[in-house]
Order: sequence, then C-alpha cells, then structure tokens
Amino acid sequence: MTDKVPLIETVDLKKDFNDLHVLKGISEKIYKGEVVCIIGPSGGGKSTFLRCLNMLEVPTSGDVYFEGEKLDVKNTDIDLHRQKIGMVFQQFNVFPHLTVLENITLAPTLEKRIPKEEAEKKAMELLEQVGLSDKAKEYPRKLSGGQKQRLAIVRAMAMDPDVMLFDEPTSALDPAMVKGVLEVIKKLAESGMTCVIVTHEMGFAREVADRILFIDDGIVYEEGTPKEFFDHPQKPRTKEFLSQVL
Amino acid sequence: MGPSIPDVLIEYWPMFLKGAVGTLRYAAIAVAGGTLLGTLIAIMRLSNNKILTFLATVYADVLRGTPLLVQMYISYFFLPMVIPALNNVDKEVTVLIALTMNSSAYVSEIIRGGINSVDIGQTEAARSLGMSASHTMTKIILPQALKNILPSLANEYISMIKETSMAGTFMLYELMYTRTLLANKYLSWQPLFIIAGIYLIMTLVLTNLVKFFERRMSVSD
Repeated sequence: MTDKVPLIETVDLKKDFNDLHVLKGISEKIYKGEVVCIIGPSGGGKSTFLRCLNMLEVPTSGDVYFEGEKLDVKNTDIDLHRQKIGMVFQQFNVFPHLTVLENITLAPTLEKRIPKEEAEKKAMELLEQVGLSDKAKEYPRKLSGGQKQRLAIVRAMAMDPDVMLFDEPTSALDPAMVKGVLEVIKKLAESGMTCVIVTHEMGFAREVADRILFIDDGIVYEEGTPKEFFDHPQKPRTKEFLSQVL
Repeated sequence: MGPSIPDVLIEYWPMFLKGAVGTLRYAAIAVAGGTLLGTLIAIMRLSNNKILTFLATVYADVLRGTPLLVQMYISYFFLPMVIPALNNVDKEVTVLIALTMNSSAYVSEIIRGGINSVDIGQTEAARSLGMSASHTMTKIILPQALKNILPSLANEYISMIKETSMAGTFMLYELMYTRTLLANKYLSWQPLFIIAGIYLIMTLVLTNLVKFFERRMSVSD
C-alpha cells in the first residue's frame, strides 16, 4: 500500500486553541478502503484531528492533503473537496426545517446540480438501505436519535464521498439506538468505503477497524491493527486506558 | 365640537384613502428595503472581516441611537448638499432613505440575533457536505433564523408602519398629512380618531398575517 498516494495525508498537523495545544504534530496517512478507528481519552485531540481532515477546524500549522491536493480553507475548491469527504457528527445536525428527503437531496441538487428526480430516486434507495424509506416525507423532529443519525449518514452518502468521517457517531444516542447505527456504519465499512471513525465503542472498533489510532495529549501515541493494539498494547498510557475501558 | 366623525369620514374619505395608500406605500418600502439592507448589515456584522464588522456595528449603533426624526431632517436637508443627484428627484426619496436606513438598523439586530440562535452544528453540517458559504446561509441558517425571529420582526414592521407618520412632517402625503390638511378646515379632533383607527386596522391585519405565517412555519416543530 505504501507506493500509492494516500487518500488523506496529514503532515505535522498542529492545532492550538488560544494557549491550549490540542494537536502537537500528527503525521498520518490514510489509504483508500481503509477503516481507521481513532480512540483515546476525552480531550486528547481525537475529534479535533478528525475535524481538521475536512478543515472544519483550521490547523494552526501543518498540512492536510486529500487525494494528493493540499486543502486550503480560503480556496473555493475546499467546497469541492468537502463534497468528497462525508462527515457524521455526534449531535446528528440534521436540518430541522427540511423533510427527511429534502435533507438528503439539498446538497446534491444545489452543489452538484443533480436533477431533482434523480437525487430523490437515489435518496430513496439510500433511505431504503437504512430502513427509513417510510419517513421520507416526515420532518426530523418525528425521528428518534438513532433514526436522525442514520439520516445524517445517508445525507453524507448522497454526495458520493470518497471517505466518511465519523465523530463519535453513537455518543449522543440512547443505548438501545447504538446497535442500529453501528450496523449501518459497519455495512458501509464492509462495502469498501474508506472510513475514519472517532469512537468510544471498543468492541465495534475491534470488529471493523483495519487500523487503530490511539490519540492522547495531541499526538498519535500508539497505533496498530486491532489485534496488536487491543491484545498487545505496547506503551504504558495505552495499557492504562485499555484497562479502564475494556 | 363641530361635525361628527362619520360626517367627516363621509365628506373627506378620498383624502383619508390617499393618506392610507401613502402610509402603506412608505411602510412597504421601509419594510422591504429595511429587511434587505438589514440582512446585509447583519451578515457584515457576523463576518470574519473586522472592518466590515466594525462598519456594520457603527451603522447600527448610530441609527438606533439617534431619533428617526433627526435622521429624516438630516437626510432631507443635508443629504442633497453632499449628493447633488438627490436634488433632481422627488423630495420623498430623501425621507424614504432615512426610513429605510433606520429600519435596516433595527432589522439587522434582530436578524443577527436570529442567525446566532441557530446551532453552529447546522453550519458545520452544511459546510461538511460541500455547500458554499452563501448556500449555507440562504438555505440552512436564514430559514431557521427567520422562524425564530418572526415575532420580533413583526413588531419591528408594526413600528415601521407607525413611524411613517413622521413623513407627514415633510409634506409627504400619508395619513398624518391628511390631518394637517383637515386642520386647515377647522377639523381639529375628528381626523385624529379616524387616522388612529386606520393605523390600528393596518397593524392588526399585519399582526394576524404574521400569526398565520408562524402557524405555517411551525409544521417542522
């Protein structure tokens, strides 16, 4: 895999919030088809790292390359790049003033100029896959948390992204809703979609990930395959973290 | 006491009608112009550009911190001195400029509050989908903001209808100017009640119109 151009590459990524150094230099490569799970203690920089990958968070220094091109938030191309980088948020962030169907078709029709009928047809297929086709005409307030998150995933998928970023997708859900959402993500990962997932669900990470990144104190403290990482953690802080969460 | 209110109404209704049409026209221009300009000012104020933010803040503070009547006088007498083109147009234009700018300052504050009331996650979700900043504003933020601010916006529009009454000071034909004309005919009090009634009808119609829209917009709640 090393001779290919990475889908996403970060080079010495640093991010400060005022005096707080949240990311202290992360250089990582993520390749097409990889499923990378990011775990680590709260406040360690996991979400900030993920949010830098599509420039929702502008790095203080360092670069992010997507499909070989440097991302620049001041360049209008950023919108074109973001269309290929789907993102799912902890708080769902579905659009409450739009119906389920409109939530999905808005960006494709507006930004990619896909005809409305075509966008709706595709949206219905996607809704079918996540078991929400009967909710197409509803407004999001009628949906449960799990349904909102599945809608958010489908909304991102409708842009035909090359990678999906998940920022603690199940952390705001009732326990009963978690499984359904994880299943959708798992299906996506198994279909070959490149996924970068910040999660606290260790069992899930172990099951779907090709690679685990343990981010703590602003750096990738340890990484490895799920088996290496969970069964034979090398470093003290990783061992300590795993002993607390497993 | 002189003639009764109905007598005055029957005798002079064309004048009241003309005044009411004038009031509605000025109000419509102030509402439409004030809303467009106010939205622009609000977006300027919330932009990342410090100069734009500063200019918009000064604009809103000055126009909200000084009386509309003073602004109208300045616009009426002073503006044509510095903008000679205004000498070639109807004098009502200068008064309308003051009305529109004044309302835009208040509207901008309301809209700014409305935009701020929309969760930042909405912007992040839209931008993460690759939506442009302008589409994010017009399709995601403003529709939600508008719903939150509809009641305060309606109050502002009602104020605007009432504030057009000051245009009569400059001999512009609106409801209060009708009073001036009829006072010359020794009708001192009857026109006042008729005019008050007409204003009340206008504002009540607007209030109910807004209630209707609020109900319609609440379908997504």
